[in-house]
Formats: sequence, structure tokens, C-alpha cells
Amino acid sequence: MEIFLQQLINGLTLGSVYAVVALGYTMVYGIIQLINFAHGEVVMIGAMVAFSVIGWLAANTALPPLVIVLIGTLAAIPACVGVGYALEIFAYRRLRHAPRLAPLITAIGASIVLQQVAMMIWSRNPLGFPQIIPNTVYHLEGATITLVQIAIIVTSVLLMVGLTLVVYRTRLGVAMRATSQNAHIAGLMGVNVNQIIAATFMIGAALAAVAGVMVGSYYGIAHYTMGSLLGLKAFCAAVLGGIGNLAGAMLGGMLLGIVEALGAGYIGDFTNNVFGSNYQDVFAFLVLIGVLVFRPSGLLGERIGERA
Amino acid sequence: MNESRILAIGSALVVVLSGCGKNEPAPAPKADAAQELIVKIGHAAPLTGGIAHLGKDNENGARLAIEEANARNIVIDGKKVKFELLAEDDEEKPDRGPIIAQKFIDAKVAGVVGHLNSGVSIPASTVYAQAGIPMVTGSSTNPKLTEQGLKNVFRTVGRDDQQGPAIASYLATEYKPKLVAVIDDATAYGEGLGNEVEKTLTAAGIKVLPREKGSKDTRDWKAVLTKIKGKKPDAVFYGGMDATAGPLLKQGRELGIKVVFAFGDGACTNTMKDLAGDAAEGFVCSQAGIPVQAASSKFLADYKAKFNAEPIQYSPFTYDSTHVLIAAMQKANSADPAKYLPELAKISHNGASGKIEFDEKGDRKNAEMTIFMMKNGKIEPLAIIKGGASVKYEDFIKSAAATPAAPAVTAPEKK
Repeated sequence: MEIFLQQLINGLTLGSVYAVVALGYTMVYGIIQLINFAHGEVVMIGAMVAFSVIGWLAANTALPPLVIVLIGTLAAIPACVGVGYALEIFAYRRLRHAPRLAPLITAIGASIVLQQVAMMIWSRNPLGFPQIIPNTVYHLEGATITLVQIAIIVTSVLLMVGLTLVVYRTRLGVAMRATSQNAHIAGLMGVNVNQIIAATFMIGAALAAVAGVMVGSYYGIAHYTMGSLLGLKAFCAAVLGGIGNLAGAMLGGMLLGIVEALGAGYIGDFTNNVFGSNYQDVFAFLVLIGVLVFRPSGLLGERIGERA
Repeated sequence: MNESRILAIGSALVVVLSGCGKNEPAPAPKADAAQELIVKIGHAAPLTGGIAHLGKDNENGARLAIEEANARNIVIDGKKVKFELLAEDDEEKPDRGPIIAQKFIDAKVAGVVGHLNSGVSIPASTVYAQAGIPMVTGSSTNPKLTEQGLKNVFRTVGRDDQQGPAIASYLATEYKPKLVAVIDDATAYGEGLGNEVEKTLTAAGIKVLPREKGSKDTRDWKAVLTKIKGKKPDAVFYGGMDATAGPLLKQGRELGIKVVFAFGDGACTNTMKDLAGDAAEGFVCSQAGIPVQAASSKFLADYKAKFNAEPIQYSPFTYDSTHVLIAAMQKANSADPAKYLPELAKISHNGASGKIEFDEKGDRKNAEMTIFMMKNGKIEPLAIIKGGASVKYEDFIKSAAATPAAPAVTAPEKK
């Protein structure tokens, strides 16, 4: 039982990170039906900037650790927002009415560029993310949970609630939803569509910055390739929940995280070690395929449906 | 930060520039060109991706050797030789191996130093074999590489089937575990090493849990480790690189796994301290060959002076690999692979990593293995294992210094 609980905690932490990253994919897709494959790299940039800022502050000031991490995060957010905005302007805006394949290719190109630039700035070495938050371990019915894990889960829930409020309770949110339903008509109604799309990219990038700090402090490592796999998984989470749907991204992320953890933990036992933990990704993707076969638009459905 | 940033950009530029260099046609012949023989030596290692830092270290070793050889004004077949290093990025990808190999062959290299990863060296080696070009790797430790019966393949470093038993028998005798968990990263290197460790442990009557696997990009090991924790092993071995081993160790300690963690050479680096933090303290690991700080003091000083960085791990071996190639060419008085290959097979060379001689497979004779432990943030050598016998590191250094034939050896640096 304690092992099951531990796997659940592992999965929840992983899932929280996936969910926050998936939100970035799903928001952009919801509004312009573009899969922003460079989003994973934005997470990486966030982790890298936070790495530099936190490392510098920890070495040169005597601020309390929590404040340092907060400042690091606050520094990563504008950096990522800048990158997100630049992506929109340079890679996507000109191609908004191009065939769908074109922006997909520029997205992949942009992600390669971001990776290489990060490699030149932060070197190829895996960087030890400054672990200044005391790694207190709490015991819970035999399972362990660290302070960082608690912080990740709490932060991601707060971010999800905050984002939902923005989308459903503010003028910006109304404009975003209008643009998502029909950009042309929204434009006629006085919504500055370009501004709203850029804002969507920037909000997604800000979330990515926070996710970058989370991943960095959780695994204790920052590396210029860290974004690709994370981005891919988060994209799957968004598809699993129903891409374009905010609640879907959150549900998909959590679900994928938990499925991965339980998969790695129990496949071996259930199959008498014929399949080991190396099948954990296979297992996760099987679940994804299974869901898509029976619900092609994801668990909670796409927002596109509303356009009809 | 700034300096290292400039260095990073600088080294990237070097790669770009050297990349440009080989696409250009050969420079116009100078007045004395008739007397100059240009000998190209290829070097391949990942210069991008997760272990690019190790790749650059390997390349630096080869580059240093090339520059030394050029400074010596070597004459082969009556002509003054200018050695050129063609450095390529194989991206740690097995399918890039043969492509780079073909590129080298097209560029008419006389020999190749590399590749870094076993998984890349093996497919590349057959391509070199077809062209008859010798390859000497300083870091590929998978036994399969020299078991293919290829006459052109050599390594200046030990093999996993020597390294695996070394770390496994050290674990077995020092920690006396009853049950050991073995994890690997599903690469040719990690899995091969894991298999060797498992074989040795089982032979010693120690039970081994069913293998757990991640990948070379795995950062989240919690699920796997939680499962392992439930089986209560007395030791954990992981075959993989430091970029994945660091998070593994950190997460293992967070989950409350208190037993000893052991790693192969891929995770036997000081980077582990940055990646795992305090959790790094006390793990043991093995390296094929002698520790980098036990390389000849001349090598250490020259490397530091040239690259303004400490050698990380395998650069003494790529340095030696390059030098044995050159030494064989000198002996044969030819840079023609077909002519100097026989000399390479029977070379005896005193390099930065000690005396180098090859057996009939192309493996280094009497390759040493070193066991390390992470102490106060640095890996420190504990013991040298040679021919199945374990010697304390201090004794090894003493005996090495006492033997006149062996190269000068320095004590490990303490910072």
C-alpha cells in the first residue's frame, strides 16, 4: 500500500509539471489551431535563466532561499515571455494563413534554434540546478514527499485556478475565447486579434517559465535538451485531455503522470517481469492510443467543437 | 560565468570553423609544399547532446597530441609531416557512426581516433574495416567492439567485461550485499555493463532483482526507484551516464533508499556532485583505465595550459590513441593505412595513461580498472584493479612512481 501511495505521489508531481506545460500547448492550439512544438524549449529557457539567476543570487547574496527561488522565477518569466512573443512574431504570424504544415515546420525549426542558442550560452554540460530549498522529506504512511514536490503540486494547482479565472472572468479572457471561436468575426467586433494571439503565447510562455523552475529544482538538473522530451509528453497530455481544452490539459497531464508512474511500478509485477520498466513510455502511449480510438477528440473533447 | 560563456561560444566557434575548414578545397600549394606531407586524422565524438562535455574532452585530448606531433617536426618517407585533425560530431547516435565514417574515408584520413560511445563505434567500425582504416578508441568499452574479428579496431581503454566484474567484485567484497538491484539506460553501453555486473554478482552467489530500465534521457526515476525500494535491496547498480545517474541518485535518497549506489565509468565524474547535491556523497563507481588525475603530469599541465580547463575523463586515452597512430606511422615510415597497420598492432608506447600494447583482438593488454568513491564533493580513487587483483590506490601510485619505465604519475589534485 505504501508503495502504491508513493507511486501516486510520484505520478502526481510528474503530472503537475506535464499539466502546466500542456496548458501552453492547449491555449495556443485552442486559439489558432497551431501546435507550438517549440514550447518545450521555452520551458528549457525558463529553467536555464532561473539556473543563472538563482545560482548568482545564492552565491552573492544572503537572501532566504525561498525569496531567491521566487526572484529566479520572476526573472525567468519575462525571459520566456520575450521568447514566446518572438516566436509568435518571427515564426508564426506571417504563416497564420499558410497551409497548416508550414507553421508546424517553422515550430520545429524554432525549437532547434532555441536549443542551439541555449547550448552556446549555457554550454553542453548538464548543469546542476542550485538546490537551495532545503530538501526536507516528509513521511506519509510510509511514503515520502519532499518540500519541492509539495511546492510543485501546490503551485501548479494555483496556476491552473489562476488561468481559469483569467480566461473566464476577465476582458482578456473574453477576447481570447472570442478569437478562438472565430478570429475574423472577433476582429470585426473590435478585438485586436494579433494582440490577443500574442498575449496567449506570452501567458503560455510564462507558465512554461514556472514549469522550467519546477523541473529544474525537482530533478536538480538543467540541460539544453531537457525541453524536447518534456514538451512531447506534455503535448501528449494535451491531446489525451482534448487539445484546445484547458480542463482537458490539466486532466491529461495528471493522468499521464500517474499512468507513467504506476506503469513503471507495476508492469513488471503483473507480467512476471516479461515487460520491465523500460515499457513505461510504451504503456503511457498505449493509454493515449486507447483513449484516442474511443474518443478521437480526447477525454474532454476539443474546443473546436464550439465553432460549429 | 562570463568566462565559461565566452569559452563555450569560443569552442562552438572552433567547431564551426573546423567544420568549415574541411569543406574547403586544400589550400594552394606553398613553395615548400613538395616537401610537406599532410596527414589527416579523424576524431569523432558527440559534440552536441547530453554528453557533449565528454565529447569535447575527448577531442581536446586528440587535438593536444596532434599539436605536439606537429611541433616535433616528424619526418616520414623523407617529407616533413603536418598532421591535421578532422573533428566530427557523431551526436551519440548509432546511425551517425557509419555516416561520419564514410565522411572520413572520403576525406582520405590516415586513421581515426574514436568514437566515444560504444553504440556508435560498433557500426562505424565495420565501415572503417572495409576501407582498411585503423580506428583507435579511447573510450568505447563495450566488449563487442573488438570481438567482431576486425583487424583495424583498437582501444587504449579497458572493456566493460573487465570493468563490470571489477565494480561488481568490489561491491561484493566490501559491502557483502545479499540482494542487488541493477538498472540500466537501455544503451549498448549501459545494458552491456549491467549484464557484466549481474553475471559477476550471480556467480558470487548474490541475488539480483529483475532488470529495470530507463533511457538516455530519463530524468524521472522515482517510479522505478519506488518499485526497487519495495524489494529492499542491499545495493543499487546503475549502468548509464552522469546526466541520468545524478537525478537517479538524488531521487533514490529522497525516497529513503539508504543503501550504497554504484555506477560505471559513465557516471564516474565530479559532475555527479552538481547534479545530485549532498545525495552524491559516498557512492562508488569504476573507470576503465587509470583515473584522469593519475595521467602523466606533462599531459595534465599541457592540457590545462592549452584549453584552460581540467581534463574530464577520457582525454588521456584519446591523447594516447592519437599518439600510437602517429608512432605506428613513424615506425612504418608511411602514413598509408595498409602499411602502418601491422606496426600499430605490435606497438609498444609509453603514453599519458601508462604503457600501451595491444593483444590480438586489439584490446589493451593489462588494462587497469579504478574504483572511486565520492568524498567531500570529489571522486577519489580507492583501488586499482589489474588482472583480477585489487591494489589500494596509494600503493599503486607508489609502485608506479618507483618503476622507471612507467611515465611520471602525479598524486590526485586536491582543491
